[in-house]
Amino acid sequence: MTDQVVHDGDGDPNRRDFIHIAAGAAAVGAGAACVWPLINQMNPAADTVALASIDFDLTKVSEGSQVVIRWQGKPVFVRYRTAEEIQEAEQTPLSALKDPQADADRVKAGHDQYLVVVGSCTHLGCVPTFGTGDYGGWFCPCHGSHYDTSGRIRKGPAPKNLVVPDYEYLSDTSIRIG
Amino acid sequence: MSDHESTYVPKTGIEKWLDERLPIIRFGADYMALPTPRNLNYWWTFGAILTLCLVVQIATGIVLAMHYTPNTELAFDSVERIMRDVPGGWLIRYVHANGASMFFIAVYIHMFRGLYYGSYKQPREMIWILGCVIFFLLIATAFLGYVLPWGQMSYWGAEVITNLIGAIPVIGEPILIWLRGGPAIDNATLNRFFSLHYLLPFAIAGVVFLHLWALHQVGQSNPVGILMPKDSRSKDYLPFHPYFTVKDGFAIILFLMLFAVFVFYNPNALGHADNYIEANPLQTPAHIVPEWYMLPFYAILRAIPDKFGGVVAMFAAIGVLFILPWLDTSRVRSMRYRPTMKKLFVIFVVVCLGLGWCGAQLPDANVIPGIGGGFTLFDGDINTYLWLTRVLTAYYFLFFLVLMPWVGLKETPLAVPASISEPVLTGETEQKG
Amino acid sequence: MTSTLTKRVAAGLFAAVALMGAGAAQAEGGALHPRNVNFSFEGPFGTFDQGQLQRGYRVYEQVCSACHSMNLMAYRMLGQEGGPFYDEHHEAARNPYVAAIAAQIEVPDTDTETGEPITRPATPADHFRAPFPNATAAAFANGGAAPPDLSVITKARHGGAEYVYSILTGYRDAPDGLRINPGQHYNPYMNGDMSPFWEGDEHHVPPGGFIAMAPPLVAGAVTYDDGTEPTVDQMAQDVAAFLAWAGDMHQVERKRTGFAVLIYLLLFGIITWFSYKKIWRDVGH
Repeated sequence: MTDQVVHDGDGDPNRRDFIHIAAGAAAVGAGAACVWPLINQMNPAADTVALASIDFDLTKVSEGSQVVIRWQGKPVFVRYRTAEEIQEAEQTPLSALKDPQADADRVKAGHDQYLVVVGSCTHLGCVPTFGTGDYGGWFCPCHGSHYDTSGRIRKGPAPKNLVVPDYEYLSDTSIRIG
Repeated sequence: MSDHESTYVPKTGIEKWLDERLPIIRFGADYMALPTPRNLNYWWTFGAILTLCLVVQIATGIVLAMHYTPNTELAFDSVERIMRDVPGGWLIRYVHANGASMFFIAVYIHMFRGLYYGSYKQPREMIWILGCVIFFLLIATAFLGYVLPWGQMSYWGAEVITNLIGAIPVIGEPILIWLRGGPAIDNATLNRFFSLHYLLPFAIAGVVFLHLWALHQVGQSNPVGILMPKDSRSKDYLPFHPYFTVKDGFAIILFLMLFAVFVFYNPNALGHADNYIEANPLQTPAHIVPEWYMLPFYAILRAIPDKFGGVVAMFAAIGVLFILPWLDTSRVRSMRYRPTMKKLFVIFVVVCLGLGWCGAQLPDANVIPGIGGGFTLFDGDINTYLWLTRVLTAYYFLFFLVLMPWVGLKETPLAVPASISEPVLTGETEQKG
Repeated sequence: MTSTLTKRVAAGLFAAVALMGAGAAQAEGGALHPRNVNFSFEGPFGTFDQGQLQRGYRVYEQVCSACHSMNLMAYRMLGQEGGPFYDEHHEAARNPYVAAIAAQIEVPDTDTETGEPITRPATPADHFRAPFPNATAAAFANGGAAPPDLSVITKARHGGAEYVYSILTGYRDAPDGLRINPGQHYNPYMNGDMSPFWEGDEHHVPPGGFIAMAPPLVAGAVTYDDGTEPTVDQMAQDVAAFLAWAGDMHQVERKRTGFAVLIYLLLFGIITWFSYKKIWRDVGH
């Protein structure tokens, strides 16, 4: 033991410390590299990420009602709005909104009767109920968020409007979500 | 206390041989001979009751896992199959489900006891903090376990609670996806929740070991709250066995009777009917509530109008417990000798129960029915659970952050006896705790 | 000092439990509280009436099973101890009544040689035949509302068997001023919120909700072997009892075990109390 101390004393003290720090750092690095795969495996698996898109026939929705479809494990609302509801959504001033967004930005041009939104409340993810609440859009039963006929948050704890998913019109009566 | 001398004497040759190599019998014998304050009352029996709860949950959980299937298609049916077809399966499942509630009843009483008698104060800070860690792990384990039957409340509870993490700015969303293993709660989520639900109880057992280690290092607190004499032969002490084993044992039997009434006569009283409906990702139940033991924290979450603020408040409600030893400025441990603090403590207990009650109500509902549309303050009618919850939440934090430090400095405590045998001998004793 | 605190905390806990119970009852929404029925299986010593379970099964089989599945039930369960067709001389899977009941029902299977889908008579080991192949088909055939599976319906609804009974006997004509959508029926015992559909006084919204199921029972819909008159009320009680059994079929065994456990714990507790007294006899505390 004492021999070793004498030998160690030969070198430059800074250089001697450095080699220990480097060895320690390498050990930490090796540990982190071992832990990373264990953490990373919890990310969405390849089959889950494969963004499945679904086609939907809009003729299934009658005026003034909505159809709920399941996409990526979440509900999607397809709502056929009445003229009155569209007018109400369009005439709401942006200043009255918590998350300002014009109705025109939430529907596809020329198809403003169809509103397509992800049916998860932006508060904590419950499914809002159709046609209820103070603004005639949706009402979330869990914590009382009110959405208007454009799916925009008007009252309650939710911070954002209902999310409009990526979708496109395949024809006048058919959309592809995703 | 760790400094008490070992009284174990190996009797046979085999014991002597073993004692020199692995002094495990000595460890057990010393544990049983631990000098214990003689005046511990029945509120102190909940430690033993909690140990029993952990053992019961682990034992029943391991056998339930032999029959349960963690797959979204099969989970609900596999739980019901346990109830119908597995021999005695209904008993094991009802014991496990109600055992969670019993665990929380005991843990809340244990915590209130620690709070009342100042068991968190110097030199027992580590015992208290480890206890807070156990409590946090217990909540996590209970939440994960509640998801497994894959009923409507399981699913929507998981949805709402994981979404809390999504409220964290910037990193919330990636963490949420990572935690769920996909964009929504699904099979990947159920699988990992099952794995973690199986793991965490063993982590709890590990922290319980540390909790007891710290306890044996500094010795038990006591209702009078004074420091115990150094000399372990003092008449203030009694050996743990047989005095406290029999006392704990008696309390455990009473507790088991309560447990049995729930398991055998009201097995679903503490659960929610909606959890017997299989999970449906497209429909949220009309009124979702967490299990009763989470209700106070759920109420605090809803009291704050901002999403992230609510999450912060909810975690702060648990987090504040961790720093409690440094918030209390009083030199006196037991609230028995702190008349002002005792009153505030009773109010605190009522506030916690009140928060639990509010957590089960619709926030917009009127507290006093019939008087609607009265006085509106900021964003809601004052006669609603929303405002009642806010008032109670305010007291919850006020109690820890303001009253604890302030009253400790201002109050004049009553005279504290010099030793626990003093009140014992003068007959000024409590009636059986 | 501590004992008064003990009492206070105990009283507080008791009050909290009572209040939470009240909260749960309130949470049911605007529905009427289910009507009280004195079922034989209520209470700590209640048992099922086997004749009633047999009648209840008949109502389920002849009326409910046209739309409602009971996927968690197998025919053999009808013959197990406490079940409607239990016979102490036969084990459940060999019970001849149960075998005869099952044999009348065709269940889907796969031909073991060709692998083609076929149907064959059910055996006691088979699960109840479901009226629809899946939930989507069930919803499509019923105007969008899939009839719920009835296996655990009495556990899945507040009020249990009394709720089922109340729904079945509770259909009323909708009060004037209540808009009813086609395919819906008014039932004051159903959960729901009628205010969006109510055009009358907003403080007197009618209780209950809409139900897609038309009143399913009419007097004489089922013939009872034991001579009981098949009134709507009788059939509703019988099927509710059957569903309560099916949802929690070990409950009689459970309550019996509980009684033994509590007696044991009581004696154990008394013995331990005296042991405790003896050990602590010489210690002032």
